[in-house]
Amino acid sequence: MLRYIAKRFAVAIPTLVIVSIFVFSLQKMMPGDPAVIMAGEQRDPQVIAYLREKYHLNDPVPEQYAFWAGRAVRGDLGQSLRSDVPVLDLIGDKLPVTIQLAVMAMIIAFAIGIPAGIVSAVKKGTITDYVANFVALSGLSIPNFWLGIMLILLVSVHLGWLPASGYVPLTEAPLRSIETMLMPAFVLGTALAATLMRHTRSAMLGVLQADYVRTARAKGLGERVVILKHTFRNAVLPIVTLSALLFGELLAGAVLTEQIFTIPGFGKLIVDAVFNRDYPVVQGVVLCTAIGFILMNFFADILYVVLNPRMRESL
Amino acid sequence: MRSRSLTKLLANPSALFGLALVCFFIAVAILAPILPLDGPAATDWGAIRKAPSAAHWLGTDDLGRDLLSRMVWGARASLMAGVVSVFIAVVVGVPFGLVAGYFGGWVDQIISRIVDALLSTPFLILAIALAAFLGPSLTNAMIAIGLSAMPVFVRLTRGQVLAVKTEDYVEGARAIGLGHGRILARYILPNVFAPILVQATLTVATAIIAEASLSFLGLGQQPPAPSWGSMLNTAKNFLDQAPWMALWPGIAIFLVVIGFNLLGDGLRDALDPREI
Repeated sequence: MLRYIAKRFAVAIPTLVIVSIFVFSLQKMMPGDPAVIMAGEQRDPQVIAYLREKYHLNDPVPEQYAFWAGRAVRGDLGQSLRSDVPVLDLIGDKLPVTIQLAVMAMIIAFAIGIPAGIVSAVKKGTITDYVANFVALSGLSIPNFWLGIMLILLVSVHLGWLPASGYVPLTEAPLRSIETMLMPAFVLGTALAATLMRHTRSAMLGVLQADYVRTARAKGLGERVVILKHTFRNAVLPIVTLSALLFGELLAGAVLTEQIFTIPGFGKLIVDAVFNRDYPVVQGVVLCTAIGFILMNFFADILYVVLNPRMRESL
Repeated sequence: MRSRSLTKLLANPSALFGLALVCFFIAVAILAPILPLDGPAATDWGAIRKAPSAAHWLGTDDLGRDLLSRMVWGARASLMAGVVSVFIAVVVGVPFGLVAGYFGGWVDQIISRIVDALLSTPFLILAIALAAFLGPSLTNAMIAIGLSAMPVFVRLTRGQVLAVKTEDYVEGARAIGLGHGRILARYILPNVFAPILVQATLTVATAIIAEASLSFLGLGQQPPAPSWGSMLNTAKNFLDQAPWMALWPGIAIFLVVIGFNLLGDGLRDALDPREI
């Protein structure tokens, strides 16, 4: 097991190095001189010269990368050009907000997607299956920012049930916080629910044809026990791996959802940084997202082995 | 085999429905210049934020522009963004996948690690970052979406090549002394084409949503040129006064995306011999 973990970790390292090269080279794609852009409207030659010196922009590109990567490894992703706050502090401030949104969205996605997938597989070929499939495909085809706008129109503007925007920290007023996050989490959760439903259905259909399921039925076990204990338990493994992949989808979805519901999270941070031309923040967010995604994949791979006795034995 | 796949596709009602939706939007986009509509940027100051009526079937926006005209011209931007970005993804991604799968070894290792790295950044975040650094425009949005979608095609093609390259006909081509380039182009590419086509169809749907998302954020189509995403961006400021402004672009995105998804699913079923 330890050897497997070490092997997976060894694969993650070159990926991380390439991600860092990519994030660094984003700056090089920028039209114009980064120092001039960073110097703002005044474009004072002395400021430009100072910035070139500070960020080693006069050095050859490989040295610039080594300098940038060296600082990033020590947790220094630079300062925001807008607020002068260290990028890592900004990310640290915004991340808990997005994590709350992501956890609530995940709960909604699991609550809808998994039961719908199980029912759809068990009732394959019936009207229930067709309806569930169509709803799932619709969930994948509706742009979540539009769903958000429509829900604001219906639930907030017309019915006045939930606030249209804003954020209350969970530590300040837990109930109010959940209330303000409910609609954004639903918007984010429905797209994931659709993906989860399709994968659960497919995994369940594969297992339903297995010999041990037929044996369980032949033994006279109740359908409920056959489905939940014998089928779902064995179909759950690919869903575990999928959950890690959904993390990336969640973060991408959060960018738009936070924008619509004005939630001051990680997603809004990157959009605001893009419009303020705050490039160190954009780079920092992309780097942290990629690291988070690589780590989630790493843990999902390990969890897959831990949960799957056959995989454990083959190691 | 090909005609059997086509028959299977045409016998699938949901795939046909998807194909009809896609053809409808393509026709609308092509016919935009000759349809009897006002220009998409023509303003009528006497008809600001008017609800749908006989004069303006889908209503007007905050500058008195006809929404039907903007929807029709917006279809051009959205479809073009979807198709062009997938074209970029295929043209860049497939050759890398072919080379990685065919040659293996260190070439495969390098390409695969780069693909892993690109796939570790969520699609939309990667596209936003690229669009931000390249500058906001529809062209840059298409490049950003294309490059972000490219790794999926590298991985898919590589996997398919690994399965095909040990087939007898490839060994045969090698035995008669054909060069690598000819083997790849004439014997391998045609045999890995079907899954790439399915993936490309499904990716057009993703790319259309991505373009709408980037334009919604202000990183895609720039005003006054219309795109469904930028129309939604404006509409969100007038939700209580003119809700129809937000309704039509969303419905259009939903219909065209579901069209491509149904068509892609149908193509997969028609081209894949294994079915659950």
